[in-house]
Amino acid sequence: MSARPLTPTAALRDAALSTLVAFGLFCALIGLKLTPTDAGMKLTDRPAALAIILGAVFVGRLLMLGWRAWRPAGTPSPRLLAEGVTRAGRYVGPVFLLLALTLPLYSGRYVIDVGILVLTYVMLGWGLNIVVGLAGLLDLGYVAFYAVGAYSYALISTTFHVGFWTALPVAGLLAACWGVMLGFPVLRLRGDYLAIVTLAFGEIIRVVLINWTNFTGGPNGVSDIPRPTLFGLKFTGSGDPDTFAAFFHVPYSVTQRFVFLYYVILGLALLTNWVSLRLRRLPLGRAWEALREDEIACRALGINVTITKLTAFAMGALFGGFAGAFFATRQGFVSPESFTFIESALVLSIVVLGGLGSQLGVALAALVMIGGTELFRDFAEYRMLIFGVALVVMMVLRPRGLVSGRTPSIALGARKQIAAELVAQGRG
Amino acid sequence: MAYALQQLINGVTLGMIYGLIAVGYTMVYGIIGMINFAHGDVFMVGAFLTLIGLTLLGGFGITSVPIALALAFIAAAAIAAVYGWTIERVAYRPLRGSFRLAPLISAIGMSIVLQNFVQVSQGARDLNLQPLIPGSIRLMNQGGFAVELSWMQVLISVVTLAILAVFTWLVTRTPLGRAMRACEQDLKMASLLGIDTDKTISLTFVIGAALATVAGLLFLLYYGSINFFIGFSAGIKAFTAAVLGGIGSLPGAVLGGLAIGLIESFWSGYASVPYKNVAAFSVLAIVLIFLPSGLLGRADVEKV
Repeated sequence: MSARPLTPTAALRDAALSTLVAFGLFCALIGLKLTPTDAGMKLTDRPAALAIILGAVFVGRLLMLGWRAWRPAGTPSPRLLAEGVTRAGRYVGPVFLLLALTLPLYSGRYVIDVGILVLTYVMLGWGLNIVVGLAGLLDLGYVAFYAVGAYSYALISTTFHVGFWTALPVAGLLAACWGVMLGFPVLRLRGDYLAIVTLAFGEIIRVVLINWTNFTGGPNGVSDIPRPTLFGLKFTGSGDPDTFAAFFHVPYSVTQRFVFLYYVILGLALLTNWVSLRLRRLPLGRAWEALREDEIACRALGINVTITKLTAFAMGALFGGFAGAFFATRQGFVSPESFTFIESALVLSIVVLGGLGSQLGVALAALVMIGGTELFRDFAEYRMLIFGVALVVMMVLRPRGLVSGRTPSIALGARKQIAAELVAQGRG
Repeated sequence: MAYALQQLINGVTLGMIYGLIAVGYTMVYGIIGMINFAHGDVFMVGAFLTLIGLTLLGGFGITSVPIALALAFIAAAAIAAVYGWTIERVAYRPLRGSFRLAPLISAIGMSIVLQNFVQVSQGARDLNLQPLIPGSIRLMNQGGFAVELSWMQVLISVVTLAILAVFTWLVTRTPLGRAMRACEQDLKMASLLGIDTDKTISLTFVIGAALATVAGLLFLLYYGSINFFIGFSAGIKAFTAAVLGGIGSLPGAVLGGLAIGLIESFWSGYASVPYKNVAAFSVLAIVLIFLPSGLLGRADVEKV
């Protein structure tokens, strides 16, 4: 950070200090390992691991200092970079859409499966974006609506034997009702108080799902949830006339079902995107953004803050519910374990990392975070560790998100980019 | 009556531990206005460090319980303080002055890092400690139900009250405390008046981490079993306590901690154990609806 020229001695001293701090951090937790035995705890030492970590810290710090001191002069300023990214966004968006539409044509089952996962989070991100990005209400319990949607679909379809497409709107509407119900008591709360109460609601819903055994199945969840059908055509290999393979006279393969699921979630995600883009232009959507910028001014101008906040919660919850219903039908099984706080945190970090309010940014962030974590599938136990480190690093490097510019929803004359620094993030 | 008294004792003990963690949340919130989500995990790291320290001392043949506890605590608090300092330096300081959600996400990331770091380095299994402070006082015996106050519970209350007394002295009577309160009122003004705000904020994190280690030590001794995930629920509840008491207010944090502890233990005792978190969180929501700035918090006056 400092502007003084870096001498090799200073760099070495700095790196040595960092290593000393790292030694403090890691001497006990990496250098020593506790193992439970019958006769109490046993400690084993791991000097080699500790030495490797400390060496890595030393070298890493030196490289970082070197990069800071000798990086090429004339690096573009953050604002120029942001403008460049946003300008490129005009072309990147359609290219990504084209890639997403054609993905199943040239990739295998595994990639399609990851694609489904990424798109689920894109959809959740776009849904939460309405609440956090547009209306500026910090919601840490978004997973509650995801859970309501998933359980609604699971219970409706297994109890009343209705299909995915009938139950989907019901699941979405139920989630939206919950959005309004949970929204009511928190209308007066702002900022971090709102955040903690929404978080509490998320936890309450999860605890109820675990413990209300005769309704939700408790920790065992609901299984045998019906798969979605294409106009009544099933994706099974039974050879019956009402299966997809038999109807179109193509050989059956499991991939067909994945491709179908992929297009379902792509369609749902694009619907979310389209609705939120359209909503932004309605008086309602403009009221959301006005609320984010200044609640007092909103009241002064006669905007009904209650209705505005509740609709934001309801719309966000609606799409969360849709995504939940899709999740249930994709898995064929739901249990409370899928709806922990970490999911809420994940979706919120996707929204913030994408650059609040930017549709393209959210999609990119979901791709980077979910797809990126998927790359580390082989290092299962290090996966979340890497995810956490990536979250911190990306936040520190780009606190305003990947796409940090906004296009005004409505403008007189030419639409100009607004730098993210000038957009309020909402207080409530 | 006897049963209620027992629940009261258990609730106060639990509340003391929550209160100690909540103080760390509320201090950081007061000064830089961010939810330090990783604080619950610093508590967990503190508990692990204490257990490692105790096992190590046991290996050296130090069997006197008070000496072993004191030494293990000092070492653990020192290392946890390094954690607090590093977290602030690495994940929060670069984001200071950025918009409000950036440090929150960074803190969530830090919490994930700490949890998984401990899981990877120390394993996911529960680690146990045999009770170091056995014995209890029988307070009363009513119809075959004995109300017991264990020495452990006495220790927890005494240690917590002592620590809080020292801490209150620190905040109200020392130059560091004055600097902290000044930063809390107005960071920019404080720095204009010559307070090293970076240093003050770092020290706040260091003190918070040390308090969390005390809580971790007490948790370890009380429950005798820890794993890498204890920080999450304890952290959420302690933060709930801080908000309930009015975030930014130190007595409020302890009061909120006691309230959450009592609600939890009475609900477990009289209604149902699985729904104890629902009760705690519902009370939080209800209190906030009627008192939007918590029990002892100052109302947020918005200037236009």
